[in-house]
Amino acid sequence: MHPKHWVKAANLIADDISNGSDGVVVAHGTDTMHYTAAALSFMLETPVPIIITGAQRSSDRPSSDAHLNLINSVIAAKSNLSEVSVCMHGSLNDTYAYLHKGTKVRKMHTSRRDTFRSINYEPIAKIENNIMKINPHYEYIKRNEKELDINNSIEEKVGYIKSFPGISDEFIEYHIDKGYKGIVIEGTGLGHVPNVLINSLKRAKEEEIPVIMTSQCIYGRVNMNVYSTGREIIDSGVISGKDMTSETAYVKLCYVLGQTTDYKEVKELMNKNIAGEFNEKSSTKYFLN
Amino acid sequence: MDWEKLGLKMGLEIHQQLNTDHKLFCQCSTKLTDEEYNEIIERNLRPTQSELGKIDRAAFQESLKKSNFKYESFDYHTCLVESDDEPPHSLNKQALEISIIIGKLMNMHIVDEFHTMRKQVIDGSNTGGFQRTGLIATDGYLETPYGKVIIESLGLEEDAARRIKTTNEYTEFRLDRLGIPLVEITTDPSMHHPKQVQKVAYMIGQVLRSTNVKRGLGTIRQDLNISIAKGARVEIKGVQNLDLIPDIVENEVKRQLALIEIKNILNKRNAEVLDEIHDITKLFENTNSKILNNANTIKAIILKGFNGIIGKEIQPGRRFGSEIASYAKKRGVSGIFHSDELPAYGITKEEVIKVKKFLNIQKEDAFIIVAHDNDTAINALEEVKRRAKLGFKGVIEETRKSLDNGNTEYLRPLATANRMYLETDIPSFKINKKWINKIASNLPELQDEKKERIIKEYKLSEDLTNQLVRILESDRFEDILKDVKVDPTPVASLLAYDLRDIKREGYDINLLTNKHLKDIFTLFKDKKIAKDSIKKLTIATIQNPNEDIHKIAENNNLILLDSKDIEKIIDEIIVKNEDMIKERQMASIGPLMGIAMKKLKGKANGSAVNNIIQNKIQKLI
Repeated sequence: MHPKHWVKAANLIADDISNGSDGVVVAHGTDTMHYTAAALSFMLETPVPIIITGAQRSSDRPSSDAHLNLINSVIAAKSNLSEVSVCMHGSLNDTYAYLHKGTKVRKMHTSRRDTFRSINYEPIAKIENNIMKINPHYEYIKRNEKELDINNSIEEKVGYIKSFPGISDEFIEYHIDKGYKGIVIEGTGLGHVPNVLINSLKRAKEEEIPVIMTSQCIYGRVNMNVYSTGREIIDSGVISGKDMTSETAYVKLCYVLGQTTDYKEVKELMNKNIAGEFNEKSSTKYFLN
Repeated sequence: MDWEKLGLKMGLEIHQQLNTDHKLFCQCSTKLTDEEYNEIIERNLRPTQSELGKIDRAAFQESLKKSNFKYESFDYHTCLVESDDEPPHSLNKQALEISIIIGKLMNMHIVDEFHTMRKQVIDGSNTGGFQRTGLIATDGYLETPYGKVIIESLGLEEDAARRIKTTNEYTEFRLDRLGIPLVEITTDPSMHHPKQVQKVAYMIGQVLRSTNVKRGLGTIRQDLNISIAKGARVEIKGVQNLDLIPDIVENEVKRQLALIEIKNILNKRNAEVLDEIHDITKLFENTNSKILNNANTIKAIILKGFNGIIGKEIQPGRRFGSEIASYAKKRGVSGIFHSDELPAYGITKEEVIKVKKFLNIQKEDAFIIVAHDNDTAINALEEVKRRAKLGFKGVIEETRKSLDNGNTEYLRPLATANRMYLETDIPSFKINKKWINKIASNLPELQDEKKERIIKEYKLSEDLTNQLVRILESDRFEDILKDVKVDPTPVASLLAYDLRDIKREGYDINLLTNKHLKDIFTLFKDKKIAKDSIKKLTIATIQNPNEDIHKIAENNNLILLDSKDIEKIIDEIIVKNEDMIKERQMASIGPLMGIAMKKLKGKANGSAVNNIIQNKIQKLI
C-alpha cells in the first residue's frame, strides 16, 4: 500500500457515500491496515461509518477469522458511530470483535487473530452476538452529524527513521540531501536520540524541514523536557508526536505537508488534534489492553 | 459365508504416532498431558471450496450441525501453532526420517519431494479446519502367508486434537495431541479373507514397532475398507482390537447383504418416502411416555410400503431403524420412534392406532416419529427422509465408526477428493537420494527377526526374549554382552523383569548407565558376586551412582569370600557341632548347611559351601 492508494481509497469511499451508501466496509490486508485507517481518518469527514477489516487467517481455510470480522464490520457499518475505525477479532475466540479508532490502532502481533490493539486508548466499541456496545467513555461522532468532506492532498516524500544506539547523523543528512519534505524519528524512551544527531537536526530546522519525534516504546507519551538531551532536541526544532503511534505520526505528516509547505503552519497543524490522533489526558486503562 | 462368491474386498488404513521429540510443524512436546488447561479458546469452522470450486460432501454434512468448538490450550505445553494463531513452522526432519525407514521396510518407492497438503476436516478436531498431510512413499509390498499384499501409499500427517467432551452446545478438544506426527499406511483393497486382514494388520504393526514409534493405547489406529460385489465401499474407523477384525468384517457383510435385500423388497413393493412432515403433538396431550411428554413438538413422516422393513435386523442387535436413527442423531435428536417397534417406550397400542388413523396409512405402511423442539425435529426428519430414500439404493458409501461389539455405526458420508488442497504456508521439501540410500542401508531389524536371532545367538528362552524385545531393552542387552562375556540369562532377566520391579520400588532406573551395568556383570563374571546379589547391587548402584562398583559391593557385603575364608568359617561351625556330626553322621549335612548359609549369605555360592561341608564331614567320621 503506497500513499497513492490511500488517496484512491478515499476517493472511492467518498464516491460511494455521495452515491447513497449508509455505511462502508473496506476489506484490507492486515499489515498496513493501521496506516490506511489513519490516512482515511485525516482525509475524510464522513456522515456514515467507515469500517476497515481483514483476516489474519486466509479465507481459504475453514477456520478463517474473516467470517466474524466481516459480519461484525457490517454491524458496525450500520451503527450510529460515524467515524473511520478498524474492526477485528477481540480475542483468540470466534466470539466478539473490537472497534478501534482509526488513528489509535496498531498491528501488534504477526499472526494472532486479536493482533489489532488500541494504543494509548481503549477500543471504542465491542460487537458480540450481533450487538454493538459503544464504550460509554467515548464521545463519538454520530451518523449525519458531519457532512461528507474529502481532503486528499498528500506529500509522499516523508522519511521515517528509527533511532538506535549506533545511529549516526548520516541518516538525517541523507534525508535532507535527498529532498525529503519531513521526517518522523522513532526515538527511544521519552523521545530521545543520541547527541551525535543534534547537529543534523539543527540543519533540518535551518532548512525548514519538519521533524516529528515519537517513541519506540509504543505506549506512553513523548516528553522531551525531562533529560538535557531531550531539551537539546527541542531546541533543534523537533516537534513532539505526543501519544501518537509512530505510524499515525508518519501518516499525519504526509497529510499535513499535503495541506501546507509553510514550516510554521506545519508545526501548528502537527500540534492540532485533527482526527483524535492524540489525547491530552492519559489513563491507566490505556496500556496493554 | 463364502467370501469369494460374495466378492469381498478389503483394504487397511493404519495410523501410527511417531515417537519424535516434537510435533510435525512446531516445537511442542509429543507427550500428552492431564494437567489443568490454562485457557479455553472458542471457535467455529465453515466448509471452504476446493481449488475446483467444489465443497466436499462430508464437510458439507458436518457444517449443517453448526457446531461450536472449545479448545483446551496450555501456556507452555502447546503453542500458537496448535491454536491456529501462528503459521506452521518447517517440517520435522526426524518424522520424515522415521517415515522413510517405514517406507523402506515395506519395499516402497520414496517420493523425491514432500508436498504438504490440507485435508479438510471440520468436525473441530483440527483447529485450522484441515489436517496437514503429505505423501512419502508409494507402491510397496509385504510378503504374507496369504501372498503379497500391496502397500499403496505411505503418508505423513498431523494427529488430530483429543475429544474431551461433547454437550448439546459444544464439543471440547484438548490441543495436546494435535500435530503429533502420524504415518498413514494404506494397502490396496485386494484382501479377500477376514483372517488375512488380521494377519496383515499384525505384520504392519510389527514393521512399525521395529522403528521409533509411540507405544500404548491410542497410538495406533486401524481403519478398514470393506465392500462386496453388490454393495459399496464403507470405511470403518477406529478398529482398536485386531482380534475383532473377523467379527467386524462378518457383521459388515451381513449389513450390506441385508441392505441389498431391503432395496429389492422396497422396489418390489413400490414403496415411497412421503415428503410431508406432520405435526402430531396434539395426539399425545395425555401420553404416559416421558420422552413425548417432555418434548415441545412431536412430528411424523409416512413411509409407504415400509412396514416390517424398519424393524428388520441388519447386524446383530441393530435394525434398519438404527441406521435411520444414526442419521437423525447427527441433527441433534437422541433417537427416533418407528412403527415396527411400537407400542413401546410408554407409547400405548391405542396411541399407535390414533397416529395411524391421523396419518391415514395402510397396513403395509410405516411411520417414524421424532420428538424435540420444532426446528430440530424438522431437521432430523429431513435426515430420516434422506436415509430412508437411500434405502432404495442398497448400500451407501459411508464412513462408519467401529463399535466395541464388532458392529458399526454411521459417522459421515465418505469424503471426496474435493477436500484436498495445497498447504500454502509450507515450502515443498526435497528428499535427497543420498539420504534415502543412507537410511536404506541401515534399516532396523524387524521385531520377529530380532527375536529369532537373539534366541539363537544367546540361547535365551522365548519368554525372556519376547519380553526383552517388547520393552525395547534388546539393544542394551546386546551392548552389555558385546563387552562382557557373561552368561546372557541373568543379564536378560535383570533388563526384562528386575529393572521394572526396581522402578516399582521407587528407584530412578534412569540413573543406571550401560557402564554401570557392564561393571556389575563384570563382577559377576569374575565370580566376585553371587547371582542372587545382582539385583541388590543394581539398587545400591542407583543409590550411589558415582561410587566405584567394587566399593559399593563391599559396603553392601556382597563380595564373595575366597575358598580359604569360607573354609575357615566352616571349620568353626564344625568344631562347635562335633557332637551332632558324630551322632547323625552324613545326615548332619542339612542342619550344617543351614547354619553356614545363614553366616555366609550373599558371600558364598551354595554349591561351593555344600562341597566343603561334605568333605569336612567325611574326614571327621
